[in-house]
Amino acid sequence: MTLTRFVTKNAFRNKRRTILTVISISVSLLLLTLMMTVWRAFYIDKGAPESVLRLITRHKVSLTNMMPLAYESKIRAVPGVVAVASMNWFGGKYKDEKPENFFAQFYVEPENIVQVYSDWQIPPDQKEAWFKDRAGCAVGRQLADRMHFKVGDKIRLIGSYIGGNVDLTVRAIIDGPEVNDALWFNRKYLDESVNWVGSKSGMFSMRVDSQENVPTVSRAIDEMFRNSPDPTKTETEKGFQLGFIAMMGNVKAFILGISGAVVFAILLVSGNTMAMSIRERIREVAVLKTVGFTRNGVLTLFVIEAVVVSLIGGVLGVLLGKFMIYGIAQNPMGGMFRTAQVDWKVALVALAVAALVGFMSAFLPSYRAAKLNIADGLRHLG
Amino acid sequence: MAIPLIYNIRNLRVRAGATVMTALGVALTVAIAIFIMMLLSGLDSAFHNTGNPLNVMALRKGSDSELTSFMSNDTFLALKTLPGLAKGKDGQPLVSGEMVVAVVLPRNNGTGETNVVVRGISSVAREMRPEIKVVEGRWFNEGQHEIVVSRSVSRRFAKTNIGDSVSFGKSPWTVVGIFDASGTAYDSEIWGDINQMKTDFDRPGYSSAVLRATDDVAADALTKRLPDDQRIKLDGTLETEYYAKQTRSGMFIQFIGTIVAIIMAVGSSFAAMNTMYAAVAYRGREIATLRVMGFNRPSILLSFVFESLLLSLLGGAVAVVLMLPFNGLTTGTNNMMTFSEVVFHMRMTPVIVATALLFSAFMGLIGGLAPAWHASRQNILNALRD
Repeated sequence: MTLTRFVTKNAFRNKRRTILTVISISVSLLLLTLMMTVWRAFYIDKGAPESVLRLITRHKVSLTNMMPLAYESKIRAVPGVVAVASMNWFGGKYKDEKPENFFAQFYVEPENIVQVYSDWQIPPDQKEAWFKDRAGCAVGRQLADRMHFKVGDKIRLIGSYIGGNVDLTVRAIIDGPEVNDALWFNRKYLDESVNWVGSKSGMFSMRVDSQENVPTVSRAIDEMFRNSPDPTKTETEKGFQLGFIAMMGNVKAFILGISGAVVFAILLVSGNTMAMSIRERIREVAVLKTVGFTRNGVLTLFVIEAVVVSLIGGVLGVLLGKFMIYGIAQNPMGGMFRTAQVDWKVALVALAVAALVGFMSAFLPSYRAAKLNIADGLRHLG
Repeated sequence: MAIPLIYNIRNLRVRAGATVMTALGVALTVAIAIFIMMLLSGLDSAFHNTGNPLNVMALRKGSDSELTSFMSNDTFLALKTLPGLAKGKDGQPLVSGEMVVAVVLPRNNGTGETNVVVRGISSVAREMRPEIKVVEGRWFNEGQHEIVVSRSVSRRFAKTNIGDSVSFGKSPWTVVGIFDASGTAYDSEIWGDINQMKTDFDRPGYSSAVLRATDDVAADALTKRLPDDQRIKLDGTLETEYYAKQTRSGMFIQFIGTIVAIIMAVGSSFAAMNTMYAAVAYRGREIATLRVMGFNRPSILLSFVFESLLLSLLGGAVAVVLMLPFNGLTTGTNNMMTFSEVVFHMRMTPVIVATALLFSAFMGLIGGLAPAWHASRQNILNALRD
């Protein structure tokens, strides 16, 4: 009998117990995988290659304050800036207040915004139609898929803080490397009805020529407006998004707390099972030692067995997690997780946790069992 | 005949190691559920405590938050002429014109910065909200660049103590006092003189107005009248309803929390099942003896389900005790309606304790039924021979 066979035979001698243990370990690891994926999506992913070159400038006081539109040409003059576009949150409602009908709407100058988002792919005829039609709009691919918008569709947005409804025609669909779940329309449409739209801007989005220039440019912009009545804050696109996550509260502590609880919980489950199964086998340990297994040999057998069981749970958990994240990503309500996936690094960490838990849970009980005197072990009643 | 409960308690004690580990596993799951419930209940109470049922809030049509609302000075003056308004100490109608802006402040603990609501008010606003009390320093002087901050804001944000100056608008504002709003939504705000703020933010009007009605009927009439009055044309909602609607800021926490709790509950149920199966296997002979003594199958089943329930309830109780220190803890999240931080206190309520215990009992039941069923089905002769 080989070592592998011995271990597998033993691991599954009590099938029910092993299966129950594997299931509880796998759901815990599923949760851990989900948490790590969320963490990755929030804090580690850098986004598309061009995203690191984009900066967003907003009013220093808050997003709800506006800056003079004249900043645009001043920002354009900053060395390193390739393109600038004014970008504004419209915040209208589509149909009703249901969360599934919510999507972001921005009013922009189409000619400028495509310069900043140069990684957008729009068919030339659609692009031209969008530029030409003052009441036209472009929708991101993900939004178009989710709401079934097609070129030529009419969309009515019910205005909230800007007031007045907006009737738009879809002229273009935007494809790009990043999730685009937003609608983009021409600010000229609002110029006529809302008097301040032509002189104020909520955000400026810009593209910088190289990554080395990113910090310099953002500092130069904020410095330029520091003593004006409307000081600015310029940060990278990713930094800007992180700001939104930070507003939800202490998300990091929340994720870490849950992950910690999960790891501790699997440790308990797995430790409990191993302790039970080793207690049953004290007499066998004595027999193994009688036939010549050393103390360390016995210890290794048990530890490998535990690690195998928790690794099976780990693999199942990661697969389940992958499956679930895939489901969320396909779901139109997936929001910022639309591009999330369980990559091999996350999977590796989860499996490492599983292996470590298996090792730790088996070590103490098997150490005790292995140390036992042979005569006592043989006499043990179990 | 039922098997005495003490039998199960003793059994749990005999296998103390397994009991503690399983109970702790259940406790962790329940603790997470409790934590989420405490967050939601705190958030809920902050919004449900806010507002007077006689107060009517006037906002621009279509605005669902004060932050995106605006009204001109003329509209505001017209509000004061409406019938059914209560009168203040000075004989003037109790109508408070307010301005609300969001200002970015850095958090105290270095976890970044977030928006805080700044409210510009006149003296009548204070008369209408008697729950607000100065606990340190003094109230701001009208005509001065001074602000008062709530105790929660002062604790959570950097440089918001008495004597500090906070920069927003055109020039810095001096913090002169700290107030307490008795757990209402105002506990997340900064207050200052409205006229100073109007000039600083170049706003020739108000964000919102709060009108005090003489009674419920008048309040109801006011909400109906506001949109129809040609001089006014504003939306009217009861202040209590306005704040109750903001509770949906907790939707995200609720969503994530529910998923996490369900997944962990599945894991814990299986763990409990494992422990109970082990208990059954270990006590085969004992169970057979009980049967021989005359206890029938249902009572064996009941006894083991009971033991599983005891085990998980122990876990539930541990979780409640574990989470007690979090009671009253101040925390904050983003208010989806105002885009700003809402500060609230986590609360352990009797309902939460009951739900937590029910939740743990449910896990025990799920985990215990199958093993108990097996225990009751065992063949007496075989078991005794083992």
